[in-house]
Amino acid sequence: MTTNCCSQANGEAPRAEVPAAANSETGRFGFLSAPMNRRSFLMCAMSVGASGSIPHFAESLPAMPLAETEQKQSDAQFAVEARFYDKLPNKKVKCKLCPRGCAVGDKERGYCGVRENRGGVYYTLVHSRVCAAHVDPVEKKPFFHYLPGSLAFSLATAGCNVNCKFCQNWDISQARPEQVSSQYVPPRRVAELALQYHCPTIAYTYSEPTVFSEFVMDAADAGHEAGIRSILVSNGYIQNESLRAVYSRMDAVKIDLKSFSESYYQKIVTGELKPVLDTLVALRKMGKWNEIVYLVVPTLNDSDAEFTGMASWIKANLGTDVPIHFTQFHPDYLLKNLPITPVSTLERARDIAVAEGLHYVYIGNVPGHPAENTYCPQCRRMLVQRTGFEIRQMLIRKGACPFCKQKIPGVWHA
Amino acid sequence: MRNECSPSRRSFLSNCLAGAASLVAGGHALPLDAAELASSPTKAKVVVAHDALLRDAGGAVDSRCILNLLDHAMQGLLGADEPVRLWTKIVVPGQLVSVKVNTLGGRGISSNVQLVEAICERLQGAGIKAQQIVIWDRDSTELERAGFRVRTGGNQVQCFGTDHVGYEDELVSHGSVGSRISKILTQRCDVLINVPVLKDHDGAGVTIALKNMYGVIHNPNKYHPNGCDPYIADVNMLPEIRTKLRLTICDATSACYEGGPSFKPEFTWQHNALLVAQDSVALDTIGWQMIERKRAEKGLKTLDAEGRAPRYIATAADAAHRLGTNDPRRITLTEVRLA
Ligand code: SF4
Repeated sequence: MTTNCCSQANGEAPRAEVPAAANSETGRFGFLSAPMNRRSFLMCAMSVGASGSIPHFAESLPAMPLAETEQKQSDAQFAVEARFYDKLPNKKVKCKLCPRGCAVGDKERGYCGVRENRGGVYYTLVHSRVCAAHVDPVEKKPFFHYLPGSLAFSLATAGCNVNCKFCQNWDISQARPEQVSSQYVPPRRVAELALQYHCPTIAYTYSEPTVFSEFVMDAADAGHEAGIRSILVSNGYIQNESLRAVYSRMDAVKIDLKSFSESYYQKIVTGELKPVLDTLVALRKMGKWNEIVYLVVPTLNDSDAEFTGMASWIKANLGTDVPIHFTQFHPDYLLKNLPITPVSTLERARDIAVAEGLHYVYIGNVPGHPAENTYCPQCRRMLVQRTGFEIRQMLIRKGACPFCKQKIPGVWHA
Repeated sequence: MRNECSPSRRSFLSNCLAGAASLVAGGHALPLDAAELASSPTKAKVVVAHDALLRDAGGAVDSRCILNLLDHAMQGLLGADEPVRLWTKIVVPGQLVSVKVNTLGGRGISSNVQLVEAICERLQGAGIKAQQIVIWDRDSTELERAGFRVRTGGNQVQCFGTDHVGYEDELVSHGSVGSRISKILTQRCDVLINVPVLKDHDGAGVTIALKNMYGVIHNPNKYHPNGCDPYIADVNMLPEIRTKLRLTICDATSACYEGGPSFKPEFTWQHNALLVAQDSVALDTIGWQMIERKRAEKGLKTLDAEGRAPRYIATAADAAHRLGTNDPRRITLTEVRLA
């Protein structure tokens, strides 16, 4: 469980090893993932027959490498006209999906590498082009206040609109779609698979769902028709119009707030802080359930001032009830020269956020740490006990503390 | 207009810029890689070879004429010598040679097939076996669209895209860049010959020799912000490129002065020229000047005035990169005009 990147801040990596039997109490989590080679993501669910039960699914895991199914960029089935762009003179286009706003010439692609201008028409090349799919505990996203103990049918396509130097899923996030093994999994099939594996949610995760927004929207619609909810794990780097179109279809959104400094966003993320803060505010106004992850990278975003600034901004703009997860960094990709985040640093971050008045402050990627648990902000009693992704005790009743009746924000039951 | 490309056709050579007295190359016993040459204290040499009668009656580049033009260009670069022998200064028998073309622009504005065939002919003349030569770019389909025939296996010159073999799993990085490298470069290549096209680029300003190396890495889309600066310079610093690149032959038979890099017939002109150099930075400097001259002739603003001067060329020349020189005083420009 050693992951960092934008979408992987709590072990949210398709190739990460998940502790076996992480939720032995419920018996649902032990089969979830297997170690993977860098280029052999397992398309677990796709290999199972229609009647497959979860144990059957578990058995099928190692048998479905995708290496032979690599598909070329010209595959028409994946190319769908993009929904957020303007046409410009000389067959150029201007993408309006994320704040980068790429101006893309004919035959070229935007920064994310998954959108291509073909003769003045802009296409997403990753609609239904799934390069990673797993059944994960929702805690792995991480969502701690959203259907705890449930499974999320989790999927990704290639591509990302930033380039975090610590990304643990760079194999897929920093790749073009034709460079990774993928399968055609159209929206209805996504919903069917989620149903088949008893997942109440579809999670768009691992890489950056913003860049496959059209697929997210269509899969969310198909899921909702089938009674399956949708949850998004994103860097929040998205323009307002597309945000409204995509996030309005989501039932919960986790945003990676990677730092509270523009220079960090510029140097380490290759993005911007301001649009991400705008996204968080927009989410609050939309009334969507939202949790925040902050990956703490030693020496780069771990100062008291930065923790304090962020916590006070959250309190002022989002309120004290939004859960925030301080997660542990592990060296990877282009940032291998830094150590793993000391637990004491994570504890310092948590202490500062709590002192600022935030109610639900967690520590992530440190299984067994007491700050994985949920405590009542009123009576301080423990309400949800977790170890890694496993729920050991769940005491919240009807959305409230059973001891003092304090309302605990979240979506606790389906 | 029919051209007669006999070996006896006269060529007129003129050296531009101060101190350009000699056409004879340094006389190295063994081929030097481009990085060694670029960092040497001697001046960089760029040859621009023109042939106004390069094309046949149908407007296509004539195979014999382009071979003749290539020979003259190489003589201008490496010294007056028998054409085939000149190439032994670039390659030695037994080496794997890869010819990196540029095929983004389709048939309209890609590396010319006849030119690449001429290069392959000379490589074979220098003792490289046909099957040890690979013509390549990112994608086989793009190669075909540009008029190349994809060929894999057999005793013939190979031609395929990186999609055929993939990229190395491991990242290599320099400065701002971290990328996976085409297996063609890492596994099928001892000597890299770069065959870019002379083109305008809407983001980078121009795309000539240095930028053509974006076709070597798996994630070029990540390196287009800020006019590709410093990314292009950093990509060219990657060891696999730096140590294997030995020669650039820029195709300016057709060139693009606006609206690039894709093919825009209205902004394309038949320049009927080749630019040859071992210093990619110097070649790009000269190529940029040529594009600016054409833009001025067409009444267009300079790239600088449009806010897209190719700053990456200066970065490639700076103390942190030293990939070559962009200082006109240190470039010997030799013009060869066939008549
Ligand atoms: S979604 Fe991709 S193409 Fe669109 S603006 Fe963002 S990075 Fe550029």
